[in-house]
Amino acid sequence: MPTAAEPLLQVRDLRTWFLTDSGPVRAVDGVSFDVHAGETLGVVGESGSGKSVCAKSIMRLLDEPARIVGGSILFKGRDLAHLDDEGIREVRGREIAMVFQDPMTSLNPVLRIARQLIEAMTAHGRFTAAAARSRAIDLLRRMGVASADRTVNSFPHQFSGGMRQRVMLAMGFSNEPSLLIADEPTTALDVTIQAQILDLLRGLNRDLGTAVILISHDLGVIANICSRVLVMYAGEVVEEGAPEELLTDPRHPYTWALLHAAPRIDAQAEDRRLITIEGQPPDPRAWPSGCRFRARCPFAVEKCAEHPELLPVAAGRAARCWVTQEGGALHTPERARAAVAAPVDATPAAPILEVTGLQKHFPLPKEAFFERQRVLRAVDGVDLQVFAGETVGLVGESGCGKSTLARLVTRLHEPTDGKIVFAGTDITHASLSTIRPLRRRMQMIFQDPYASLNPRMTIGEILAGPLILHGIAGDAAAARTRVAELLDLVGLPGQSVGRYPYEFSGGQRQRISIARALAVGPDFVVADEPISALDVNIQAQIINLMVDLQERLGLTYLFIAHDLAVVRHVCDRIAVLYLGKIMEVGPAASLFARPLHPYTRTLISAAPVPDPRVERTRRHVPMKGEPPSALNPPSGCRFRTRCPIAEERCAREEPPLLEAAPGQRVACHFPGRLT
Amino acid sequence: MSDIALPAIASPRTRWLRRYGLASFGAAIILAWIFVAIFAPWLTRYDPNFVDVAARLQPPSASHWLGTDALGRDVATRVIYGARVSLTVGMVVVLVGALFGTLLGASAAYARGWAEEGLMRLTDLVFCFPPIILAMAIAAALGIGTVNTVIAMLVVWWPKFARLSRSLVISQRSMEYVEAAQSIGFGPAHILLRQIIPNAVGPLVVLVTLDLGNAILVFAGLSFLGLGTVPPTPEWGSMVGEGRELVQQWWVATFPGLAILTVVMAFNFMGDGFRDWLDPHANRR
Repeated sequence: MPTAAEPLLQVRDLRTWFLTDSGPVRAVDGVSFDVHAGETLGVVGESGSGKSVCAKSIMRLLDEPARIVGGSILFKGRDLAHLDDEGIREVRGREIAMVFQDPMTSLNPVLRIARQLIEAMTAHGRFTAAAARSRAIDLLRRMGVASADRTVNSFPHQFSGGMRQRVMLAMGFSNEPSLLIADEPTTALDVTIQAQILDLLRGLNRDLGTAVILISHDLGVIANICSRVLVMYAGEVVEEGAPEELLTDPRHPYTWALLHAAPRIDAQAEDRRLITIEGQPPDPRAWPSGCRFRARCPFAVEKCAEHPELLPVAAGRAARCWVTQEGGALHTPERARAAVAAPVDATPAAPILEVTGLQKHFPLPKEAFFERQRVLRAVDGVDLQVFAGETVGLVGESGCGKSTLARLVTRLHEPTDGKIVFAGTDITHASLSTIRPLRRRMQMIFQDPYASLNPRMTIGEILAGPLILHGIAGDAAAARTRVAELLDLVGLPGQSVGRYPYEFSGGQRQRISIARALAVGPDFVVADEPISALDVNIQAQIINLMVDLQERLGLTYLFIAHDLAVVRHVCDRIAVLYLGKIMEVGPAASLFARPLHPYTRTLISAAPVPDPRVERTRRHVPMKGEPPSALNPPSGCRFRTRCPIAEERCAREEPPLLEAAPGQRVACHFPGRLT
Repeated sequence: MSDIALPAIASPRTRWLRRYGLASFGAAIILAWIFVAIFAPWLTRYDPNFVDVAARLQPPSASHWLGTDALGRDVATRVIYGARVSLTVGMVVVLVGALFGTLLGASAAYARGWAEEGLMRLTDLVFCFPPIILAMAIAAALGIGTVNTVIAMLVVWWPKFARLSRSLVISQRSMEYVEAAQSIGFGPAHILLRQIIPNAVGPLVVLVTLDLGNAILVFAGLSFLGLGTVPPTPEWGSMVGEGRELVQQWWVATFPGLAILTVVMAFNFMGDGFRDWLDPHANRR
């Protein structure tokens, strides 16, 4: 859509630096782009690439020591970079609105929704309080909030994350801004809610003509909505273009790497290893003098020692790369190592882990003395088998009980009811001392690399602890040798031993966490969202490491994730969890090729694909509403309240988990009806 | 890109002074008092308990820098020796109270259930009374004497540490590194003592530092009321008590009072400094 008119926003050579004691951190270092009226511009990049700082610079929401040290931000004839405080307040909220990532903290918890919306409107003097009130209700209705006239009087804590993001959008649009900046608006949300919010955003842009800058690390999200994409790396724009072209034929090696690092939900890969790029992003205190991506670039040539400019490479496209400017192509990667064909024997003997009728109910504190005890049914009757050598995936939305299930099978929690048999031993109610020997065979990898390592212990201490506890290393020297082996196994340098966790990046910490789990030599590892806190490229590195380790050590994984593409890529079998129950379980390939449960079908359809052409041809099954509370699950089939094909029978009878196709078991009265 | 002029920011030295200036001033005063307490006999030529009735109630002069009290004892000497009692009692009460309270609170928080409930109700019980009144009652029941006063103070002192350490342990025990230690097979004692408590010391150190001044103040208060030390022992609170009615001879009560003031203030400055140092959010200011 070429617009002849003046762009709405013109950012020119923007430089936002953090002036710290150890020299300026050049977070945004020479960024230029335009946003035209009514356009949706996507900004992608890994954490630290400067995309959020860029957005905050436009709104001038920078905290000390960040300063705009150069460049201009022209918006409707004003330079926002040099506007005084009074002037920028006029622009904020009224002409440019912003929606943040975390819907849990971006609303004031002590004020009612109505009051916050009304204040946002009256603050700019465009509406009277009464007019603002009726407009607030209209806006909430437009954002898809049910019975808006009643819920407008609620407090934020009464809303779920998705609902709060709708409120934030209502607030953003309340003064009819001409530009909305959405900074990772769906990152904290479940995939089904993300699809709803993205739909909403697309509709708002179409109906109201508000230009949108959408910042995201997820290429799928960007591909879904945006008409133009900027890729940022090391404080610069490295590539710009329409998503159809940029995402299918990238002209910058970094875009290429981003695209290939993420597994795709619509493709079956032969090899589980992903394409990764080496190393870390450069230090923003001292960018390298040449191309900033050169050190990690698999295509680098001699000329890359010179800093490239962002130059046009095709109609409407620009890239900051010497290789592609001279006509060089970024080939589609060959899979480095063809998977050594190791077909798993059809019938493994006995399962290493067998879970039957497992339940975990958490009693909630009573609000009144005579109240009936309320229980949260986190896991409510799960049957699952894991065989030696396979990877079983556990997927579901947040609150479906997948993390609780992980902590039950590793016996960090004690089950309320049911049975867990691990390696032939019943560990359902095993005591600390009886389970200790089994812990050598069963270990866990955690989600948050920043919380899962004790900040007061060195890496050596963290890794040697399990060795000494289980008597694996006889003396200090043996422990040191084993620690060195472990570090080598996960690809960390040997001198890491004396360092503390804060000296490592997220990906390196996750490697340490894996090394700790492997220290005792387990054969079964439970991985609870091991990659969801990491950037795409680091995710790919960790997946590759886990796949390597599985091959070398013959590990069995129970892999928990909310990202369906990752699960499809890594797992042999997948179990889909909803409100503490398994809805469907089966081989990964057949489950994705032919999902039989309507929940599986909607989950797959909600996951975005980073290719707009594919997106247009995919059939989307919209998911209604939000998951009900596990305090009071629906009668009959738990999914019926959101199911597009639910019938009266579903409310009466709970469907049992039955085999509907070879190896594929489904808990639905009408398996395969929703296609 | 050297053509960009960087706006001036305060130099690191100025910012350090702005943040830790008062705290280092406080630390210097504390160190000075500790020095005085240790080397008391070399700093004065008088005996703190030497009674010279002929020289009673003399104003500050060249021979008696801070004057003499009602029994002719040198006020300066008694203030110097008083530092020994005050600092020792303050540190003993706070450190023993902190150790005891922290261990109790931390184990209760880790154990959950009735142990936690019982302990927290016990702390509530202690908190029901104004601390100095409760300490007074206990000290009076035990009999006058430094050791008894310390015991009385310990009874009212540990609950605040129990409460703080309980809340710290509760916030730490949900961290994934604790679950990791559990899944490796470590027992509760190891997890609590070796993993959780080292991560909770920061706020405890702040409370200990801020509390040292408080403990010295309460002890001085008890002594002032005649419950602390046995009379001839030089102690700041009791010295203020002795000088209470001597309005003309202002020096008798003023100088030990100033001693209390400087020590308590110095500990507070230090505590604030520790808090800033341990608070990652304050780093940006």
